[in-house]
Amino acid sequence: MKKMIGIVLTFVVVQILISTNVINSYLQATLATICINIILAASLNLITGFTGQFSLGHAGFMSIGAYICALILLRFPTLPGFLAGLLAGAVLAALVGILVGLPTLRLKGDYLAIATLGMSEIIRVVFTNLEITNGAAGLSGIPQFVNWFWLYLFSVGTVLLLLNFLNSSHGRACISIREDEMAAESVGISVTKYKVIAFTVGAFCAGIAGGLYASYFYFLKPGTFGFLKSIDVLVIVVLGGMGSMSGSILAAVLLALISTFLQSFPELRMVLYSLLLIVIMIFRPQGLMGSKEISLSTFGKLGKFLSPGKGRE
Amino acid sequence: MEQFLQQVVNGLSLGSIYALIALGYTMIYGIIKLINFAHGDIYMLGAYIGYFCMTILKLGFLPSLLIAMAGCTVLGFAIEKIAYKPLRSAPRIAVLITAIGVSLFLEYGTMFFVKANVRTYPAMTGLLAERYQLGGVVVTMQQILILAITILLMVVLQFIVKRTRIGRAMRATSLDNDAAQLMGINVDTTISFTFVLGSALAGAAGVLVGVYYNSINPLMGMMPGLKAFVAAVLGGIGLIPGAMIGGYLIGIVEVFVSGYGSSMYRDAVVFAILILILIVKPTGILGKSSGEKV
Amino acid sequence: MALLCVKKLTKSFGGLMAVSNVSMKLEQGELVGLIGPNGAGKTTVFNLLAGVYAPDKGTITLTTAGREISLEGQKPYNICKAGVARTFQNIRLFRDLTVFDNVRIAMHQNVDYGLLSAFLHLPSYQREERKLKEESLEFLRIMKLVDKKDELAKNLPYGEQRHLEIARALATKPDLLLLDEPAAGMNPAETAALTELIQWIRKQFQLTILLIEHDMSLVMKICERIYVLDYGMLIANGTPDEIRSDPHVIKAYLGEEVHDA
Repeated sequence: MKKMIGIVLTFVVVQILISTNVINSYLQATLATICINIILAASLNLITGFTGQFSLGHAGFMSIGAYICALILLRFPTLPGFLAGLLAGAVLAALVGILVGLPTLRLKGDYLAIATLGMSEIIRVVFTNLEITNGAAGLSGIPQFVNWFWLYLFSVGTVLLLLNFLNSSHGRACISIREDEMAAESVGISVTKYKVIAFTVGAFCAGIAGGLYASYFYFLKPGTFGFLKSIDVLVIVVLGGMGSMSGSILAAVLLALISTFLQSFPELRMVLYSLLLIVIMIFRPQGLMGSKEISLSTFGKLGKFLSPGKGRE
Repeated sequence: MEQFLQQVVNGLSLGSIYALIALGYTMIYGIIKLINFAHGDIYMLGAYIGYFCMTILKLGFLPSLLIAMAGCTVLGFAIEKIAYKPLRSAPRIAVLITAIGVSLFLEYGTMFFVKANVRTYPAMTGLLAERYQLGGVVVTMQQILILAITILLMVVLQFIVKRTRIGRAMRATSLDNDAAQLMGINVDTTISFTFVLGSALAGAAGVLVGVYYNSINPLMGMMPGLKAFVAAVLGGIGLIPGAMIGGYLIGIVEVFVSGYGSSMYRDAVVFAILILILIVKPTGILGKSSGEKV
Repeated sequence: MALLCVKKLTKSFGGLMAVSNVSMKLEQGELVGLIGPNGAGKTTVFNLLAGVYAPDKGTITLTTAGREISLEGQKPYNICKAGVARTFQNIRLFRDLTVFDNVRIAMHQNVDYGLLSAFLHLPSYQREERKLKEESLEFLRIMKLVDKKDELAKNLPYGEQRHLEIARALATKPDLLLLDEPAAGMNPAETAALTELIQWIRKQFQLTILLIEHDMSLVMKICERIYVLDYGMLIANGTPDEIRSDPHVIKAYLGEEVHDA
């Protein structure tokens, strides 16, 4: 299928560029950030953009994935250790997602946002104070297993699986919750169940992103996964368009480039981010893509394939 | 016993600060149903304005306090007009995201201009440096002052809200925006006034913190802001007495957790209280559980 | 056994008694009306039947496929699964989704593949989605909306939005259909068409229908029986002719009779 060819081709081309050092190690780090952010943005989009549940705690799930994967890797510095760590981190993040989701998902809008923020902060405080995570000093020397292959596999995989989900009846059930909870219940959809499903799947993916982060950047500290990180991901989702997967991918790339460009001016970067948020919300709240997906006419079928919750501009 | 009383005294001081900030949160939420994330940063800017008044303009405590309050009112007014007014009819998520944007803008904008390092308030002299010994408990003049100023401001606020026309307009708009407009209330002015009042209180809190705890930095508004919001929710969001009660409760709880438990977990405890309250009684201590009308 | 048996349904909000001691019975296949002045509590009764509110007192029993199911206190989605569908007084469509999606989503409860299949698009997904597509299109065809299947729900003209809401309710394959003021905002021609539609779907889908309406031409024409509600209480129950001449009903709608001087 055209889709598979495109995916494999992209992988090969970039791999070549890496191996020949056209993409040097500095750019590789940017590439890693892009892939990790794509996973984070796509999963947050599922929760917030598609299911309409405003979560400000995504970094909390990421940190669980990161720390669990790191701890397992430090004990078993092998490839199976890495994969096991990745999986364990994601599963634990998902479990916390269920635990947090069940009582809080009945809250609306702002209250849910604050509750998820609170949960994420609690997780951060716990990690800062546990002996095993080495507290505020963090963990270092984490074995690096992540390379372009794994990054690409997981980011493409996450996006494809989420798109599949959103194109299914279960995914549409989630979307209907965003549209009108009461109407969704009246046609037989258990709103609580699907909110929890979206939340849990999102948390799982964030956990994977965390594990990838741990094993690529080989150093973790709890401060990395605070409120600001959740905001980082939120900006990507909002810029790309809440309800558009391709928007999230586009925005992730764009913002990673801006970040890299402004690396020496961290405050300026945040000022720019904050202005971006304000300006988008006032002038173009639907972001770059609204809730449409990129339909590339050259990849005809791919375009149709990418459009789950159609419409809304 | 003495340690217990000392903790209570300390808790009252911290609680006063939280109460002052929480009042702004609760009034703004009451009138436009927005969690003004930027409110904690107005408190931070109040502290900075006070700092510059004292160090550069060499002004005393009271003038600095008043100038900081005035500066914050201007700030709050401007933020409302520029960032929130255009989104009056937008979905709640949009306004919330904008508020987050404003908050970040204030924090990192300040950092950009005055650098991130911690500044220290000049040491207080004279009356403000007094300490009193009551048995084994130490009470400083500053603590008394914080409590006194907070109570004074709260009394003034209550007066404005209960006894003036604009206060009545605030209450009416909180209950029903549309009906208030139909009754001839200028809702825009009322909302601006609410922001002005809330910001003034936050500015006062900023200066008091600068004097009491001495150090300020551009990110100092985030945690207290969040905790003050928890306080507002705890007491009953939208209710002024609720913000006062919530503020003191959170202040005392935090001091006790630090003192008797572990100071490292005090933030987590506050957030745990938030989650608990949202699950058990989201309308807060003083709130009435209103059923949703379909 | 009656399809729906409501006994002494009571609900108050704060101090206000919205519904008081209401008892109703609907036999399989009946088309029954629920009328009353504004504020009488009709939509509250619907909301109690549909599970939006839990009653303070009383029972609601649905008898289908030989089983008796207690509906009071159940969540709306369970009540829908039991076989009760409803429309809303102020249309609640999924406005930013297409007509097609609105109906497809309503069929979700009958779809037979799990999350794993959803993520991986396994054969069960392919098969069920095809079935889903065909059945949804069929519903749209019946309701004469199939040409607009890719149109966003919010872009439909008002009358078609109401039709879509009914189509969506039908897609849940109910035994009992609760229609809340389906003719609101319609002109006489549209109301006449709606009247025919309601009678037609009742026969076609073997439905029992409970209808709230203010438009008396519709009510009197198609309802076999009518319940009349006033201030939360049932004040009359009978055939259209009986209701038309019932003094309590007249008083409730028009006030006391004014005697000639």
